[in-house]
Amino acid sequence: MAVTVTDAMTDARAVPRTRPNRRRPSVGRISAHVFMIGVTILWVVPILFALYVALRPKEETDRLGYVSIAHRLTLSNFSEAWTQSNMWHFFVNSVAITVPAVVITLALASGAAFAVSRIGVKFNVAMLILFTAGNLLPQQVIITPLYRIYLAIHVPHFLNSRGLLYDSQFGLIVINVSFQLGFCVFVLSNYMKTIPREMDEAAIVDGASLWTRYWRLTMPLCRPALAALATLLTTWIYNDFFWAITLISTGNKRPITSALQNLQGQFVTNQNVIGAAALMAAIPTLVVFVLLQRQFIAGLALGSSKG
Amino acid sequence: MTSAATPAAGSGAGSGAKVGPAATKSRRRRRVRILTRRDRLVLAALIGVPLLLDLAFVWFPALASVGLSFTSWTGVGPVHLKSCNAFHTLPGLPKPGCVYGVQNYHQAFTVYPAFWPAVRHNAIWLGVFILVATPLGMLFAVLIDRGLRGSRIYQSLLFLPVMLSLALIGIIWEFVYAPDRGLINTVIGRNQNSNQIDWLGNPHLNLWAILVEACWRQAGYVMVLYLAGLKAVDPSLREAATVDGANAWQTFWRVVFPTLRPINVVILVVTVIESLRAFDLVYITSKGNPLRGLELLSVSVTQSIVGETQRIGFGSALGVVLLVISLVPISMFLWQAFRREER
Repeated sequence: MAVTVTDAMTDARAVPRTRPNRRRPSVGRISAHVFMIGVTILWVVPILFALYVALRPKEETDRLGYVSIAHRLTLSNFSEAWTQSNMWHFFVNSVAITVPAVVITLALASGAAFAVSRIGVKFNVAMLILFTAGNLLPQQVIITPLYRIYLAIHVPHFLNSRGLLYDSQFGLIVINVSFQLGFCVFVLSNYMKTIPREMDEAAIVDGASLWTRYWRLTMPLCRPALAALATLLTTWIYNDFFWAITLISTGNKRPITSALQNLQGQFVTNQNVIGAAALMAAIPTLVVFVLLQRQFIAGLALGSSKG
Repeated sequence: MTSAATPAAGSGAGSGAKVGPAATKSRRRRRVRILTRRDRLVLAALIGVPLLLDLAFVWFPALASVGLSFTSWTGVGPVHLKSCNAFHTLPGLPKPGCVYGVQNYHQAFTVYPAFWPAVRHNAIWLGVFILVATPLGMLFAVLIDRGLRGSRIYQSLLFLPVMLSLALIGIIWEFVYAPDRGLINTVIGRNQNSNQIDWLGNPHLNLWAILVEACWRQAGYVMVLYLAGLKAVDPSLREAATVDGANAWQTFWRVVFPTLRPINVVILVVTVIESLRAFDLVYITSKGNPLRGLELLSVSVTQSIVGETQRIGFGSALGVVLLVISLVPISMFLWQAFRREER
């Protein structure tokens, strides 16, 4: 293991090192610049192009095609997508699923990670393997039986008017939590292993209960890892498409990412509006990208560092 | 009593050091003895609830997939634990759920038209990820790690697609690929009715077109993972190599790359799993319908449950095929991550 967990945390935040040979530009350095500039432009073109089309009226792109000088830029596609497809409603759905799912996942995963990494419970390695491997399974391996399980489990009517786990937002929270638990337990248990044992021993001498050691001693020290994981999970669960498509049949109950598919059907004749809707759906992830990119990358680094 | 132990971990660690060797000697036994009954209940809840969820909603379905794959269940009525030969079905009526042996697998391998194309496409997906997206991401990481001016901007923008959902990526690339007015066809002059290239519709092209989208995202992902690995490489290694007269190319491949082995395994695992999971891009591009040229195992599995006639047994069999393939990278990762603890 070349990277320790804490190294990965700090390194992901570190600014790129300055090298002594920065002053004299070599041929290699110039060609590297040219290559990177070219690639970066190529990389943002699809996004900017979609934005450019979404900002133009349909009449104009019908007449001139997408690749043409814009005569008029307008937000009307965005307002049309927003009002006619009830986007606000889908955003609310996304929040109602993502926020509880992230909170519950982190709460449960930190407890399990604490138990397997800080307390010498029996079979701790076996349990850790179970969690980790579960998260690596392709979702399609479990979806067929899961779908039947969801149809068989009854829930109270305040959770779903159909009375089933299937087609309910509660069910979507359950599967997102269950599936993401594995990754979070893996990351958090690695992180907790770096906390000195002496802390627990001192707390035990002081008569601290297990809960106190978990909640008031260990958890505060895990804040960096929890923040990174929260960013990662929020993005992943918000971006989830597969679970919502397969486990929710009522279009109205779907979160925004999977509702894009309905919007595609609704505005099939007006691609500009679909583009506008898709870009609006990306706003929360773009906010994370701008504000919390380092947290996101730190989370990925944590996940890959052990091993 | 508990409140006394709560203030800052720092002081706790300090007093822990004073307890010294006596505590460490009987560490294991003490820890067990020190748990009160309440502690045990808390511990049981802390580990029990997540474990139960993981078992009920991940591992039970995974194993049930294996069991159901040997039945002919269509989701209607119960599953009988008797061989299907014992049931005489009238033509036109759905078969009852019964033990079907390996018939589902047999059908998948021989009759089901989408199976072999799907396997081939999943394999192509994996190949392109390994041969294109991974080296590209690695190249980005190496160049950014050299500390080029503006490397933060490069890193951010190359990473941007990783944040976007695959559904969204599928939609924004439709503007690039649109046959009559899209970016590519207009630029290369193939946007007339007579000479249009239907990038996403033509079964010989659409997989490759979608793989461009997938690599666009995957390269940024690989880049970030390699960057984390590269930043942890001991700088003195490189300095020593430079002093010994190695050029940048040699330094990377002979000195730096071997130390990245753990990251390489992680990336290989991520790559294989992502190739097996590939679904969203294809589903959004084909608008939920199976599209020729875009058959994938994941799409076939989904088709067998969301369609009007559910084929639970058959869908499970396809899921088991995915499971068996995915066990290879999963065991690789587990072996790397846990072999120390196992000893």
